[in-house]
Amino acid sequence: MPSPTFEFAQAGGAPTGTPTKITQGSQTKGGIGESTLRPDGTLKVTGEFAYSSDMWHEDMLWGQILRSTVAHAEIVSIDTSEALAMPGVYAVMTYDDLPTEVKNYGLEIQDTPVLAHGKVRHHGEPVAIVAADHPETARRAAAKIHVEYRDLPVITDEASATAPDAILVHEGRDDHHAGHVPHPNIVHRQPIVRGNADEAARKADVIVRGEYTFGMQDQAFLGPESGLAVPEEDGGVHLYIATQWLHSDLRQIAPVLGLPEKKVRMTLAGVGGAFGGREDLSMQIHACLLALRTGKPVKIVYNRFESFFGHVHRHPAKLYYEHGATKDGKITHMKCRIVLDGGAYASASPAVVGNASSLSVGPYVIDDVDIEAIALYTNNPPCGAMRGFGAVQACFAYEAQMDKLAAKLGMDPVEFRQLNAMEQGTIMPTGQPVDSPAPVAELLRRVKAMPLPPERQWESSEGADVRQLPGGLSNTTHGEGVVRGIGYAVGIKNVGFSEGFDDYSTAKVRMEVVGGEPVATVHTAMAEVGQGGVTVHAQIARTELGVTQVTIHPADTQVGSAGSTSASRQTYVTGGAVKNACELVRERVLEIGRRKFGSYHPAWATAELLLEGGKVVTDGGEVLADLVDVLENESVEVEEEWRHRPTEAFDLRTGQGNGHVQYSFAAHRAVVEVDTELGLVKVIELACAQDVGKALNPLSVLGQIQGGTLQGMGIAVMEEIVVDPKTAKVRNPSFTDYLLPTILDTPIIPVDVLELADEHAPYGLRGIGEAPTLSSTPAVLAAIRNATGLELNRTPVRPEHLTGQA
Amino acid sequence: MRVNFTVNGRPQEADDVWEGESLLYVLRERLGLPGSKNACEQGECGSCTVRLDGVPVCSCLVAAGQVEGREVVTVEGLADFAKQRSCGTGACGTAEGQDSQTGEGTGSSPRAALSPIQQAFIDAGAVQCGFCTPGLLVAADEMLERNPNPSDADIREALSGNLCRCTGYEKIMDAVRLAAARQGEAV
Repeated sequence: MPSPTFEFAQAGGAPTGTPTKITQGSQTKGGIGESTLRPDGTLKVTGEFAYSSDMWHEDMLWGQILRSTVAHAEIVSIDTSEALAMPGVYAVMTYDDLPTEVKNYGLEIQDTPVLAHGKVRHHGEPVAIVAADHPETARRAAAKIHVEYRDLPVITDEASATAPDAILVHEGRDDHHAGHVPHPNIVHRQPIVRGNADEAARKADVIVRGEYTFGMQDQAFLGPESGLAVPEEDGGVHLYIATQWLHSDLRQIAPVLGLPEKKVRMTLAGVGGAFGGREDLSMQIHACLLALRTGKPVKIVYNRFESFFGHVHRHPAKLYYEHGATKDGKITHMKCRIVLDGGAYASASPAVVGNASSLSVGPYVIDDVDIEAIALYTNNPPCGAMRGFGAVQACFAYEAQMDKLAAKLGMDPVEFRQLNAMEQGTIMPTGQPVDSPAPVAELLRRVKAMPLPPERQWESSEGADVRQLPGGLSNTTHGEGVVRGIGYAVGIKNVGFSEGFDDYSTAKVRMEVVGGEPVATVHTAMAEVGQGGVTVHAQIARTELGVTQVTIHPADTQVGSAGSTSASRQTYVTGGAVKNACELVRERVLEIGRRKFGSYHPAWATAELLLEGGKVVTDGGEVLADLVDVLENESVEVEEEWRHRPTEAFDLRTGQGNGHVQYSFAAHRAVVEVDTELGLVKVIELACAQDVGKALNPLSVLGQIQGGTLQGMGIAVMEEIVVDPKTAKVRNPSFTDYLLPTILDTPIIPVDVLELADEHAPYGLRGIGEAPTLSSTPAVLAAIRNATGLELNRTPVRPEHLTGQA
Repeated sequence: MRVNFTVNGRPQEADDVWEGESLLYVLRERLGLPGSKNACEQGECGSCTVRLDGVPVCSCLVAAGQVEGREVVTVEGLADFAKQRSCGTGACGTAEGQDSQTGEGTGSSPRAALSPIQQAFIDAGAVQCGFCTPGLLVAADEMLERNPNPSDADIREALSGNLCRCTGYEKIMDAVRLAAARQGEAV
């Protein structure tokens, strides 16, 4: 293949790691470590893969949601009569039609109304739902519902949220954070205090302070929120849905429907990306309500406009940082305050606060810190999970601080970072020791060592190729006014759910003979959202069970919870559950073998036995039996929960506690070219070095790193949901106005992968999905600063910030 | 209204089409061809790209009535379309049987062999969630038909109307380069 853009590095040379252990040492083709191809690849390239928006049922209706046109208002009246009278309309439902006393839902705090009751708290909040026989009929009927609003003042920032006379976004809070927050419009507050920052500051020769602003980013998964709810004969409902966590959805849906969980069956439909935006419910309950009301299958598919209102976004943030350092470049202390805008409903805000505060120091050794992170309730769009989850905003700010410190000390920014880089054994500000490899300095070394792209690549004998220049085919420059800049950044992300959460997964694995061949079936509730979990599960089963044929059962709620496809956790946790279940199956298969054949060969009792190539073999390679003969007509099945090491809550005053499972590190180098006259940026290259512990599927690892890197670039130079500060209304809910990077905007993304095993994790692997999203953004910002000499304390950077117009 | 047109070489008739319906809606909801995706309905994302009389278009922006009497190729027909094209150039059959290393029992499927661009997307890891894939395949196949030896800048320009949120586009670049290289070997 032309132009290889990556290399894989084994642990070796300077930083040494634990050798990766493959449990049973089998070398089965298609096992872990190979770039096996996606089992759903063929269906996805032929158009046959059934996404949630492709679901279809005989006689189905289409659902539509009516959303508030204002951000904060009392609902004076709702008149549905005209909508109900329209031909083709089967049902119109409002708050008054909800079937039980449970009318709210939420991931952690049940503060989100299924349909608005008396008040709307953000632009686009669901007010009523309609079912009709054609999607356009449903849309038109929704438009005929008359809602009268009485406007309330909007709360849009910290000042308006915590003013003495501020209206409370939520009256009468009784959630478990209500008792420790300084104001009811603050969802959660997490301070972390370690050492004595004030005292340590006296040792500083230089001090830098900064105030940083991070814009609101959208996950912008391409497959819109959608699903099909089919009423069932027992009074229950079957929901085919795109989500990140089936069982979390189920726990929130069933009580609102007034059904026991066993009467709400959930099957994962094809998921067109997620990135955190499907952690919360969207149309799930609405589709089920309409299906149960009409007795007919109901499909709901958001259009893109609605999708911008139908899921939470990445928290915009204000970050205030102070760092000090001595003349010789050692950081003395850090103080920071991170204010995240959670919007109208809590969603994942408390956990985002925990991440932002506990990772606010970055991958550096700083013993004396004073940290505070809060999330606000406002009338802005609700914010929650997005790839990087609180660590992204902090990384943008602390990396800007690192460059400022290095500049003030006259040091090289990479060397300054390496001098202060954490390593295995470093104590986090939470008091938690980092007890697996943390090759921060090495990642920086590697990313810096990669060859730089040539200068002035746009020049050719036929003149400038404008496609390579800032402004591109708009033909705004042929190189005049274009300057190059280079910037570096590195970040730290936690892997898995933290702060004492029981973060388990479940796998059911069966082994049997089908058509004369041993076959393993893996059944989990893991949401495959594109990351390639299904590929990896098959690889694990091949490695552990020595079979070639692996069937991946569709994900549903007929098996125990797999936890969420988020927090970079699924390969670790559900991968771990699959590995564990396979090991238990293997033991039982070997027991059967011993029972049947034990008397024929002493090795059955004495040797370590493996399953390899469809056979039972000794660790010396001697074949004892065919799996086909061992199993005959028997099938062996195990369903088992699996847990990683437990974590602890953070102390609410000091932030101390072993809160995280594992840490993940990536570093980036950005090369940009800036048209300084027009303020246009072309990112030429975004090189990444990341430690992945063990690459179970190297091709998928690269896909995750490159995809995460580009999402980080998006919020650096293009993407932002613009919310009007006066009305709290969203001004750009479309792909015309919310700019996603196209292939023309995208730089080359060379990747250097390091594999240093974490001995606590299955196969030594490290969760990888999020880390590349962190350091990408500050690296691009640093490169633009390097090119322009501007301070740039806000992301995304817009042309007016570069030309002095803003 | 009734719309008669050809989809993937077969005559199709759609009845009771409301005048406001798009070609994309008719393909997905009336003809049982959901391969073309609806991700923005604004012509920004390219997920619904089909060929209309050979020209790549966003089918969400084409009114159903406009396709009366015309020919449409969707991702579902891409393999056959590519096969017929290679037969037309005398390279019939050479595009088949690109062996992949899935271990998932490829090659035994009764469906038509994948087109070179489809196989390349799988082999290069260009598919993650896959929602952008159908549109990208149609657009990339059309580009390779016009320009069998594209430069990287050519590929980026031709695919700039197709958004992908998962891959960072690097593996998509690899896939198109791979398809072009295999196409070159086959001729």
